[in-house]
Amino acid sequence: MTPLLSIRGLQVALPKGADRALAVDGVDLELGRNEILCLVGESGSGKSLTARAVMGLLPAPLVKVVGGEIRFGDEDLLTVSAARMRALRGKDISMIFQEPMTALNPLHTIGMQIDEVVKVHSQQSPAERRERVIRLLDDVHLPDPEGIYGAYPHQLSGGQRQRAMIAMALILEPQIIIADEPTTALDVTTQAQILKLLKELQEEHHTGVLFITHDFGVVAEIADRVAVMQHGKLVEAGAAEQILNEPRHPYTRALVAAVPDLVPKSQGVAQDAPTVLETRQVDKVFRSGGGLLGKRGRAVHAVDRVSVALRRGETLGVVGESGSGKSTLARLITRLIAADDGQVLLGGEDLLAVPASRMRPYRKRIQMVFQDPYASLNPRYKVGRLIAEGPIIHGTPSEAAYERAHELLELVGLERRVADRYPHEFSGGQRQRIGIARSLALEPEILVADEPVSALDVSVQAQVLELLADIRDRLHLSMLFITHDLCVAAQVCDSIAVMRRGAVVEYGPTARIFSDPQHAYTRELLASVPGYAWVSRQSEARGTAGQAVS
Amino acid sequence: MLEFWRLFRRNRSAVFGLLILWAVIVLAFIAPLIYPDDPFRLAGRPMSGPFGDHLFGTDTLGRDVAAGIAHGARTSLLIGLIATAVAVVFGTLIGGFAGYHGGWIDDALMRLTELFQTIPSFVFAILLVAILTPTIESIVIAIAVVSWPAVARLVRGEFLSLRNREFVQAGVCLGMSSLRIIFLQILPNAISPIIVTGSLMVATAILIESGLSFLGLGDPNVMSWGFLIGAGRTVLRSAWWICTFPGIAILLTVLAINLVGEGLNDALNPRLREQRA
Repeated sequence: MTPLLSIRGLQVALPKGADRALAVDGVDLELGRNEILCLVGESGSGKSLTARAVMGLLPAPLVKVVGGEIRFGDEDLLTVSAARMRALRGKDISMIFQEPMTALNPLHTIGMQIDEVVKVHSQQSPAERRERVIRLLDDVHLPDPEGIYGAYPHQLSGGQRQRAMIAMALILEPQIIIADEPTTALDVTTQAQILKLLKELQEEHHTGVLFITHDFGVVAEIADRVAVMQHGKLVEAGAAEQILNEPRHPYTRALVAAVPDLVPKSQGVAQDAPTVLETRQVDKVFRSGGGLLGKRGRAVHAVDRVSVALRRGETLGVVGESGSGKSTLARLITRLIAADDGQVLLGGEDLLAVPASRMRPYRKRIQMVFQDPYASLNPRYKVGRLIAEGPIIHGTPSEAAYERAHELLELVGLERRVADRYPHEFSGGQRQRIGIARSLALEPEILVADEPVSALDVSVQAQVLELLADIRDRLHLSMLFITHDLCVAAQVCDSIAVMRRGAVVEYGPTARIFSDPQHAYTRELLASVPGYAWVSRQSEARGTAGQAVS
Repeated sequence: MLEFWRLFRRNRSAVFGLLILWAVIVLAFIAPLIYPDDPFRLAGRPMSGPFGDHLFGTDTLGRDVAAGIAHGARTSLLIGLIATAVAVVFGTLIGGFAGYHGGWIDDALMRLTELFQTIPSFVFAILLVAILTPTIESIVIAIAVVSWPAVARLVRGEFLSLRNREFVQAGVCLGMSSLRIIFLQILPNAISPIIVTGSLMVATAILIESGLSFLGLGDPNVMSWGFLIGAGRTVLRSAWWICTFPGIAILLTVLAINLVGEGLNDALNPRLREQRA
């Protein structure tokens, strides 16, 4: 059987001055009818550019194809005319993007945007088209298809928007769908639903799906075949079973090994360890809209009477989906935003009662590690200054502060001399190390880490998590760890508080949460972990291997 | 700095603008050398044509137009620069505090800004100069007062988006004071658009000053381009040169500053930089 799409020796060139000349270097891929091919790689591996080359959507003239061919039927997509490519797009090959909010036009209704695709490619009457669109909206399991037809993108939730995007990609029953990280921007429970939907529709329509992802859990969930890319080259390709369970190439092996375990690693905390931080009935309501003369706006109960406690040396994980209030809780504790009610006790003293003018000595004791390593370092200053600034403000002589900054850089696994460089010269993982060094400079008792690894690649994630655990043990820190990822939480947390809509629904030791979840929502979260069966098999295999070694 | 020059140089018209601006600045500096006499002194027969005894002719009272342009360049540039500097500093302070603190401070400061913006700026400037009596200081004050709201709004917008960035929150966590965060953390990241707006505001300031002088609201003891045009407007048909040459001087200077401002924008704005790479 001839493949639906075959890519031969594809080469994509980057503009001069980029970190390498070819973004994609000699990639061969084949996509068959009725299969899902997962293209896996870390950021910068060239996986997205490969997909875009198929669609003819490379950001020309900076990035362009310089070699190879992409055969679809008896045509080479790299040489067909622009008009022919337009005819193929949508009708035979369509694409689902990562960010459904930006991929949909905010000024048009969902129905109109899907209808437009049909209008361009067919001669059906408006009434027929409308019926067809509504039927499809029903097929992607959107509630109230008639209502959704007339709705604008901002009126839909993230998951609904992604369903609408999928409907748009499917409306003309294309032979090939290219999905570029379609679930990365979604919550884990929504992701599980969308993956299920994609698989179901693919089987129903016998479509060939080229699925771009960085997440091996997702691969385990849906892939028939897998291709792994690194630095623009294809390093390994094969059936999903083989790649996931018996990877041959060292890079694939490293990627699979970096997938976080679902087995809680916590050794537990000494029962008599003193409580260093405690929140009591902390409450926060956000009000939006409503100006000087306007009506009263909408109110969102972001944090709803949350009480948790952190003991010395403990890592408390706060787990929840976006909008669950977990980041708000972190910011209430660090007093980046003011709480409406409740108490935050730091060593028995209520932080929320301290007037802003006398906060400085308390600030020192709680430090924060931020999510986005690209936004959390001031781009105008050198690394040494960024780290030394905190102690200098608190009265350390500048020479001593810089000396300490150098030591901290070594502690987080960087060289002393990087102190003289600017943040933009570092990779995401290195920047996160710098951020950690900065937070340690004030010798805090408590580290609040807000999604510290969610912006990083899998292999880098594992390293940063290790570093955080190591530092916690060496410096006897307590850590409040905010994350949306249960696997990550299993790696580092001693206890976990599961948050939903501002409230803690379940709170207990990590091992108990994983082995015996009490709340329905916790169970749902666990079941939504992509590739749950495979990940837990991996964890078991690693567990037995570990025992065999010891 | 070299890198900056390389980026700036890519915009040809900006380099052209810089050359003209440079020529005007040089003219302003050497004016007392090439025309050592008071530009208000009667130099020859009234309304004698250009390219004769006097390069650009003489006006209705026999004053040398070329000397007026040379000395006027000093006035225009000086007023433009000082008024802009005052407006930028004041506007940055107001906009910075409003954007950083938000809430009622923001509301109060922005309503104040809007109050200034409701009055057409040129009419407002005339009013201020008329009240303060026309001196060079009152003209500078008037121009600064009508120019700062634009800067304040721009800076407020920049601060609003920057203050929620994580590096600012990190600063709060480290225990930095508000002033330190505003001036050492946020401001350096907002400086590029401020420089660009500031450079364009110099051109506007020069135009306002010329307009005021044209209406007779300039400092009577200081020669300026607007004054020359105002003095020649009644004899535009019989002695065209009196208005034309100072007019060209204003046109070229304002054009040059705008070109330079645009070049700065290209060089300082990282997003545009990539597009043109």
